[in-house]
Amino acid sequence: MPQPIQFLPPKQDVLSRRATIIDDLRGLLPADCVIHEARELVPFETDAFISYRRMPLAVVLPRTTSQVAAVMKYCHRYGIPVVPRGAGTSLSGGAIPQEDAVVLGLSRMSRIIEIDYANRTATVQAGVTNLSISEAVAVDGFFYAPDPSSQLACTIGGNIGMNSGGAHCLKYGVTTNNLLGVKLVLVDGQVIELGGKHLDAAGYDLLGLVCGSEGQLGIVTEATVRLIAKPEGARPVLFGFSTSEEAGACVADIIAAGIIPVAIEFMDKPAIEICEAFAKAGYPLEVGALLIVEVEGSEAEMDATLENIVEIARRHQVMTVRECQSATEAALIWKGRKSAFGATGRIADYICMDGTVPLGKLSYVLKKTSEIIDRFGLRVANVFHAGDGNMHPLILFNANDPEEAMKAEEAGNEILKLCVDAGGCLTGEHGVGIEKRDLMRHQYTPAELSQQMAVRAAFDEGWILNPSKVFPLEGRG
Amino acid sequence: MLIPNTEADAAYVIRNAAAERKPLAICGNNTRGFAKANQPAEPISSRGLTGIVDYDPAEMVMTVRSGTPVSEVETALAANRQMMAFEPMDHRGILATKGEPTIGGVFAANVSGPRRLTAGAARDSLLGLRFVNGRGEIIRAGGRVMKNVTGLDLTKLLAGSRGTLGFITEVTFRVLPVPPAVETVVISSLDDEMAAKAMAAAVALPVEISGAAHLPASVRSRFINGLLPDGEATVLRLEGLGPSVEVRAQKLAAVVEAFGPVATLGMERSLTLWREIRNVVPYADGTEKPLWRVSVAPSAGYHLVSALRLEAGIDAFYDWQGGLVWMRMEADPEAELLRRYIRALGGGHATMIRASEAAHAEVPTFEPLPDAIAALSARVKEKLDPAGIFCSGRMGG
Repeated sequence: MPQPIQFLPPKQDVLSRRATIIDDLRGLLPADCVIHEARELVPFETDAFISYRRMPLAVVLPRTTSQVAAVMKYCHRYGIPVVPRGAGTSLSGGAIPQEDAVVLGLSRMSRIIEIDYANRTATVQAGVTNLSISEAVAVDGFFYAPDPSSQLACTIGGNIGMNSGGAHCLKYGVTTNNLLGVKLVLVDGQVIELGGKHLDAAGYDLLGLVCGSEGQLGIVTEATVRLIAKPEGARPVLFGFSTSEEAGACVADIIAAGIIPVAIEFMDKPAIEICEAFAKAGYPLEVGALLIVEVEGSEAEMDATLENIVEIARRHQVMTVRECQSATEAALIWKGRKSAFGATGRIADYICMDGTVPLGKLSYVLKKTSEIIDRFGLRVANVFHAGDGNMHPLILFNANDPEEAMKAEEAGNEILKLCVDAGGCLTGEHGVGIEKRDLMRHQYTPAELSQQMAVRAAFDEGWILNPSKVFPLEGRG
Repeated sequence: MLIPNTEADAAYVIRNAAAERKPLAICGNNTRGFAKANQPAEPISSRGLTGIVDYDPAEMVMTVRSGTPVSEVETALAANRQMMAFEPMDHRGILATKGEPTIGGVFAANVSGPRRLTAGAARDSLLGLRFVNGRGEIIRAGGRVMKNVTGLDLTKLLAGSRGTLGFITEVTFRVLPVPPAVETVVISSLDDEMAAKAMAAAVALPVEISGAAHLPASVRSRFINGLLPDGEATVLRLEGLGPSVEVRAQKLAAVVEAFGPVATLGMERSLTLWREIRNVVPYADGTEKPLWRVSVAPSAGYHLVSALRLEAGIDAFYDWQGGLVWMRMEADPEAELLRRYIRALGGGHATMIRASEAAHAEVPTFEPLPDAIAALSARVKEKLDPAGIFCSGRMGG
């Protein structure tokens, strides 16, 4: 029987000074920026990885970079752990606090600072939601490319923390490929700027290092991101296959043919049923697996590309091909896909895996995944970004049944190990958080983990920033 | 020169050097001019580590040992109609160096060409690598999948670190299909400011421009044997399927006509032109005149050049929509002046790619970093190279 995921034991000296710390924080920030009443702390106990929760010592919601810097300077001085938080949509527990930690929430730093079309950049505060950037520039024909499913709620600061992807990054890349600069508050309260509106920064690629560092290297308070001209048109097409293996093989052949659609999304039968029941997107229910392939460009370009894709799909005995006839229909197709996690949450509790595998291994990993799930007597719904091999098996379980919950975790761990052994990695876009922390040893050698932790220590020697995450608790040195 | 033939040999040599605190200057074949150390150091070259380890065209991913010649990589890719999307430049022209550039050098210096504007830099295509750190330990970073947020992204950190953090032994990168058709739309006779406006307007259109450069009159004739139309040339590249490129070229031309006379070059001349832009041919002049590579916001490039022209003898042309300025000084490097203007115009950085020995001795090659970032960078280096054997100072730290 596996053990529940551990957190670092709370620092007793910090806990015993709770009242003083809260007083001090209230001295540093306006009164409404410090939350400490138990009742008000509840919403900050967990994130979207709901199996685990911890009550934080306090929550601060600063409005400016200098307020963030003041909090960091104070917490650094007294060795108080700090857990940064955007919208709390992390699927790996990246924003779950701990008893001795101050949660540093960026939600009130939600201003778009500058839109610069001449340089195609947007400079925003870290608490701005992902979608609101695209919404702000849509009228002028631009968008911000990374589009995680939670884009309505998740913040750009959180996206940077987890190097978030989304459905459309097959063509446009993930957050790190679309990020030009950040304002970063270091652990001791110093404020630095990395990058800017120019395309590459001087010195070491600290920006690249910070992106995806899960709040362990500093607090991002502002970001400059790249805007992209919206394509003339975009068209998602549904392809239904009899089996998941056929669909997986079709994906590999599309890529092998040198065609790079904007997105290739995969759903298996359980996922199709769950999403269709929720979103009424018109997905075919008689198929065993579904691909949503989106192409973009002018009408003629889309027609030409789709013709090639349809021909490849035919070779894999495609059962249904459905092009949408209107923008409403297109939106509905995406609504179904993007609501997959929410819709699943309505019928069961679930944990969402995020392993990524080489494309040639997709079919094999899908098959092995279902074997693992069967062995544990669980159910799984697969919905993922197939074009880049980023798999999202949703393992369904009943959270009120502790034994089943542990089984789900155990099955998840096996699936992730399977992804690593197939030449992939533990997490493509959700981050390690607490969820995959103890699996890091499966992917990295002790020397490799030590090297990463040493680099981490160059930023935060005292392990104050989000300390229970990413790296196994033992052997931190 | 040390030339390990295996990764294990490299680790052994480096472990010993660390124990003796013996400085090493990591290099490939020294074509990019970054081998200068600030202390006497024994060169250690990747040239003994060669060969393609794994290449599955269907997955668009290639794994190569770091000392493999770039030409060998390009040949293998071309046989499958694939390419490195970031178009790494060849420094041999401007530096008058000889030998075969290595793939390790491409990533160690994060070398990117015109397509960087839309397809990302070398570091964006790099999925993973293996390197030997300053302790002599073999470290893998990243992997061979496009999406990976498993731990700290040491891949990015090593890319562009120019042999100061580790000895890269193997790289894994994403490749893309070669576009079957290429066209260039040329707008003639725009001054630098109007060119910047035209390029900004062009990249805002839904036509997927994959290159935007401005070639002032002083350099125009150095490209494609002087066959560009008369006057300054603002060039915009389109790539993709033939019929699509044709349609997009028409759409683009219809919009940018408002700026000046428009022409197209056709595929063959386009291929030559963009290769020449990538390799900075106007300044492959056999001189030691100081040559700067300046990275600023695209809209700041022409401001910088026009400000400097009033105070120094310079010649310049622009890539990356104006954000990459190649600038040749007639006499002095004028580093302080240049760097002051860059700061005044919103930031960026300048690297002195070429200069006389005397100028190199006096002028920092890389942009001096703000104190807090310099201190942080030094701490990061200390974590990878605790004994400080890898060319301390090459990056200015």
